Amino acid sequence: MCAMRPEPVHEPGPNGPGKSGGPGKTSGPGDSALLGGSGGSGGSKLDSTGWKAVLTPEEIRRALSRIAHEILERTHGGEGIVLLGIPTRGVHLASRLAARIGEFEGTPAPVGSLDVTMHRDDLRLRPARALQRTQVPPDGVDGKTVVLVDDVLFSGRTIRAALDALNDLGRPRAVQLAVLVDRGHRELPIRADYVGKNLPTAHREKVRVLLTETDGEDLVLLGEGRA
Amino acid sequence: MNPHLISAADLSRDDAVLILDTAEELASVEGRAIRKLPTLRGRTVVNLFYEDSTRTRTSFEAAAKRLSADVINFSAKGSSVAKGESLKDTALTLEAMGADAVVIRHPASGAPRRLTGWISGRVVNAGDGTHEHPTQALLDAFTMRQRLIGTGAGAGAGARAAAGAGAGADRRGRDLDGLRVTIVGDVLHSRVARSNVLLLSTLGAQVTLVAPPTLMPHAVGTWPCRAGYELDSELRKSDVVMMLRVQQERMTAAYFPTVREYRRRYGLDAGRMALLPEHAIVMHPGPMNRGVEIAADVADSARSTIVQQVANGVTVRMAVLYLMLGGMAEGAA
Repeated sequence: MCAMRPEPVHEPGPNGPGKSGGPGKTSGPGDSALLGGSGGSGGSKLDSTGWKAVLTPEEIRRALSRIAHEILERTHGGEGIVLLGIPTRGVHLASRLAARIGEFEGTPAPVGSLDVTMHRDDLRLRPARALQRTQVPPDGVDGKTVVLVDDVLFSGRTIRAALDALNDLGRPRAVQLAVLVDRGHRELPIRADYVGKNLPTAHREKVRVLLTETDGEDLVLLGEGRA
Repeated sequence: MNPHLISAADLSRDDAVLILDTAEELASVEGRAIRKLPTLRGRTVVNLFYEDSTRTRTSFEAAAKRLSADVINFSAKGSSVAKGESLKDTALTLEAMGADAVVIRHPASGAPRRLTGWISGRVVNAGDGTHEHPTQALLDAFTMRQRLIGTGAGAGAGARAAAGAGAGADRRGRDLDGLRVTIVGDVLHSRVARSNVLLLSTLGAQVTLVAPPTLMPHAVGTWPCRAGYELDSELRKSDVVMMLRVQQERMTAAYFPTVREYRRRYGLDAGRMALLPEHAIVMHPGPMNRGVEIAADVADSARSTIVQQVANGVTVRMAVLYLMLGGMAEGAA
């Protein structure tokens, strides 16, 4: 019985289990040595394991600041917003966005988490997974503008599941989506309202998001799928 | 995890903690506007009950329905069993109807194990004779963790944690290490006691059985627990006391002289409850014989978890059904 939802290595379709070994578990690509100084150009340095850094810590920071500003702009100063992160890394991104909004506006935005496991459409293709936390701010979501936050937008299936899960919690006034990376290859009519970086990828490529809270450092990596 | 749930011994510590953590998360569904999840849509769960039961059957039924499974209730009364159909033929019928899981209660110990050989779906033991009742043990463990772990009220060294709003988070991943549990009464006929001894010891609790000599199983020495005949001395050092029902229907001989004598030596009344440490809780798997093993004022006191146990039964059974049926069938890729 395995844990965790499939890591940002979102692969579409029926690919069954065996996709373990998510990010942050192995050492190689996480070694920040490969980045040299941060704040660089988001360079295309390739390390020996075939992973290429596409977002540096500095770029991640800037992207989140920009998204926070955009959210405030689009929601007229964050009126009635609730940030809901999708576990695992979406939750950390949501807290960072909430803190950033707090810095800009004085009051941090309400933040929570939304586990979508029970609403996924690929449950029968994998062994049962452990559930992650769903925690909604005390005021609930009714009448609020909910901003879903995830790390990577790929097929769109996770977001579809999140919309279903949200539907059971209440009736928000509007739902928006913020993602750190949009890698394309949508399989459903879903798009993000706020995007940290649009990343053109080949279908077989993998995107890994590392965050300080879970992996010890901030980094977005792009790599070839297993040969 | 084992594909079937027949015995509490089938569960490793990690399996059991995963079930408790899953139940912890599913408990939040109770508080929502829509108390239903789509996870088991299109799956069929059969409740196959050869013995009377209200609580367990309705609990399994509610759990399956909250997960959107289709539920077929099958009780021996008013079915072909009354016409003499064997368990095997009934099983083959259920198999033909496409049951993904069969929840079985049967008066014969071992019937659920036999069933696993006849059907392709998962089998959940909901009580077989005097053998086991693993989901009851799971909900008891869940209730103990909820009340005593991560609240600062725990007992053993490992059972103390900072109290706080996020107590649910503190409990996650934790077992019952160091908790002292005393199970009192008709151990001989109790499948609840057997399953609890196995599960609680897997989870690190220290279990003590207290019963009249006539109601203590001969092989108790081989169980992972202590056993004794004196209740009062054990109560003083218990975090949990679990009273078992005196099962008149299984008593074919005179196991104790009178109900009055049993009550005086092994019944839990207000006087005895005062011996318990302040944080200790009183449990009963139900149905209760008020005035026999447990006094009415004890059953209704704030320390009693009896109603909480029933509520937890639904979420724990949801967790079991989800973990057994929610994913890909092993080896069926």
